[in-house]
Amino acid sequence: MEVEWLEIRQHMGRFPPFDALSDDLLDEIAGQVEVAYFQAGSDIFTLDQEIHELAYVRSGAVEVYRRNGELYNRRGEGDIFGQFSLLRNHRVRYPVQAMEDTLIYFIPEALFHRLCEEDEHFADFVELLRPRLESAVEQQKKNNDMMITRVRKLVTRYPVMVEASTTVQEAARQITDYGASAILVLDAPGDNPRYTFRDSEERAWQVRGILTDSDFRKRVVAEGLSPDTPVGEVIGGRPIAIQSDESVYEAMLTMLRNNIHHLPVMYRRHPVGIVHLSDIIRYETHSSLYLVNNIYSQPSAAGLARLGPDVSATFVRMVEDGADSRMIGSALSTIGRSFTRRLLELAEAELGPPPVAYCFMAMGSMARNEQSIVTDQDNALVLADDFDPERHDAYFLELAKRVSDGLDASGYPYCKGDIMATNPQWRQPLSVWKGYFRDWIRDPTPERLLHSSIFFDLDPVYGENVFVEQLQDLVAELAPQHKLFLAAMARNALNRTPPLGFFRTFVMEKDGKHNNSINLKRRGTAPLTDLIRIHALACGSRAQNSFSRLDDIDRTQLLAPGVSDKLRYALEFLSMSRIRHQVIDLQHERTPDNNIEPENVSDSERHTLKDAFQVLSNAQKFLKFRYPMPSSAERRRR
Amino acid sequence: MATPRPARRRRAWPDWPAYLADRATRVHHPLLGDFLSAGCPAIDTPIGEAPLAALDIETTGLDPRRHAVVSVGVVPFGLTRIPLRGARYWVLRPSRALTGTSVTLHHITHAEVQDAPDLAEILPELLAILKGRVAVVHYRHIERPFLDSGIQARLGEGLRFPMIDTMSLEARLHRQSPWARFRRWLGRPPVSIRLHASRERYGLPLYQGHHALVDALATAELLQAQVASRFSHDTPVGELWS
Repeated sequence: MEVEWLEIRQHMGRFPPFDALSDDLLDEIAGQVEVAYFQAGSDIFTLDQEIHELAYVRSGAVEVYRRNGELYNRRGEGDIFGQFSLLRNHRVRYPVQAMEDTLIYFIPEALFHRLCEEDEHFADFVELLRPRLESAVEQQKKNNDMMITRVRKLVTRYPVMVEASTTVQEAARQITDYGASAILVLDAPGDNPRYTFRDSEERAWQVRGILTDSDFRKRVVAEGLSPDTPVGEVIGGRPIAIQSDESVYEAMLTMLRNNIHHLPVMYRRHPVGIVHLSDIIRYETHSSLYLVNNIYSQPSAAGLARLGPDVSATFVRMVEDGADSRMIGSALSTIGRSFTRRLLELAEAELGPPPVAYCFMAMGSMARNEQSIVTDQDNALVLADDFDPERHDAYFLELAKRVSDGLDASGYPYCKGDIMATNPQWRQPLSVWKGYFRDWIRDPTPERLLHSSIFFDLDPVYGENVFVEQLQDLVAELAPQHKLFLAAMARNALNRTPPLGFFRTFVMEKDGKHNNSINLKRRGTAPLTDLIRIHALACGSRAQNSFSRLDDIDRTQLLAPGVSDKLRYALEFLSMSRIRHQVIDLQHERTPDNNIEPENVSDSERHTLKDAFQVLSNAQKFLKFRYPMPSSAERRRR
Repeated sequence: MATPRPARRRRAWPDWPAYLADRATRVHHPLLGDFLSAGCPAIDTPIGEAPLAALDIETTGLDPRRHAVVSVGVVPFGLTRIPLRGARYWVLRPSRALTGTSVTLHHITHAEVQDAPDLAEILPELLAILKGRVAVVHYRHIERPFLDSGIQARLGEGLRFPMIDTMSLEARLHRQSPWARFRRWLGRPPVSIRLHASRERYGLPLYQGHHALVDALATAELLQAQVASRFSHDTPVGELWS
């Protein structure tokens, strides 16, 4: 009797990457497992030991260490370890110790390699083909393509259909009865089986044409035809149709291209509905385009404040439609900028034209076009150099106040650090601003820069854009030459570090401590954008968006080949995780925040997040090494 | 059949090698003769180096004279590793009828049993696996008498061989230690030394019980855990077997 290890197979089948394996492969694994018990504190793998097995934690928990004895990871029930050494030189790189009494299932090397060959998902998981982080982001993109709304989503009911011999009067009556605005005309199937479909009673039909409300006017009444005319004589040729799995966007293009308002939707050869142009317009109402349009048509700050919920709805819609973090960040920033611009327009309309030229400047995430749904306002005013505080400042203070209050009312709370145009320090002429930046760059200390790094993401929102562009030029010119500045910025960028990963329902810190939740902005996206900013400053990039900055960094030799791609994947994954958890909050009518709780993180997301944290952690180490504090002798020379 | 009389060495460890050697000269059936002459590890063999085989049988009841063996699971192993590929499992056609309770308890149905082999048919393979190894069981008072009388009935001669009883090892700690006596004196219920309860104390996972193969694996893991926490790789097998 063939031995069946149900007990073992069922356990493994619950955890990735085994959960995606076929039952046959799982049976085979179970039959080849070797079991061993390890008491808490005992060694499972010692450094440089030869290794020919993959280890699976059946119960208990283990700790994985770095060569230098630092804690690298904890693995619990259902986790695997040892794959890195198996894929490389068969020497243990990371020693492993039992943290609790632990039962390990060892899977022999030959079988491990076969699994990698036979199952792409398994190989991806153990990083054989390519890093997991990269494949996770690619997978997201693939899902996005599939998730892009299909036209069938707009189909709400079956089409009204009549035979070609039906009189136009009867057809008109049916359209009216069903409250429809078009009807499909069927006929016996012709020679071409491509058009033939069968109804529920197995009768064969083909769609001969479509008759719409306006056809009755144009083709029947205007032509003076009798009500007894068969519809078959009135209709035009075979109608233009669309397959149900095409995108809404494609449906819209088809209508525009052919100048039609009704579009039959087919599942293969079977008509399943008719979409009208108004269905598409109604659907698009929740799009960011529509929202921005609506913002500009608001007559008052109060009207703008009422649009707050629409921002959340648009955000959720974009995520559900499968937009990536760059699209979402850019759309939300555009929305935020539109609120700001409309508030400025409204203020100017009441206060009169500005006494001197100005540029309203955005800082932080809005400047980077990476805004999320949880964001406060960071802004400033750059005034023309003929600004005279005595005569002009009252106007600009009022202007700043109105924008700031209006933004707060619309869901962009006041900046806790008081980085707003209402603060006189940040409402200054261009020459003063240039002085600020020269000062920060030429005479930096980590402490002085601690609260100013946000100014190194800057972008014009409204007014004389050229003022802010001059500041961007100045920064791009000065920053690369000032090592001490870069070193001070780098020092600050290391203040926030990622956690090690997840363990059971906790976030695991590098010192082995546990937390119940993690702020994904503070521990992930923010330190990552910080370090990208420093490399961008070092290479004189004028870009503000992190992905564009990485493009600029790629043109230099600053980072080793492949590193910037890893940073891109890490940023995309961390941003999307944060965004997805905010959508979950919104869907449960909770106030969205930047925290994620480990119990809401799926197994595969955990693994990928861990990889992203690792990318960040390595990049931070490189940052420290790349921008060291210059010696005092070097400092004096400048 | 008398239990082997241990030579008076150390703390009266049973001298199984001598017993097996002696029996080898007396048996007539070649299957048993072959098994017995292969012997077993010497008394002072470190447990870490001894070839072992976890054995579990499920029966229709507790009395070998009235009840029968329904399934046998055996997993050859060593103290450091339990390779599952050597494991074997048989459902047997019991010589006596299955009762309703034993059906539900062992997850074996009448249909499964109908075409199953008799113990006699699997004996050559079972003994080939056990040969030269020390059997590891949880509660030897099932496995030993049922196999002994089952073999006696079929081959005309019985068979006994060394067994490490993980339940006895638990009992030494929880039933015979001064602490256990103190607990008893306090009137506390004795600590459970059943397979599942024993495993739990060592942090071993919950397995589906009463399946001969799974229980054999569970017993092998339990021995690994017991040795890791209370004995050592160098503990002589003589100290553990009975």
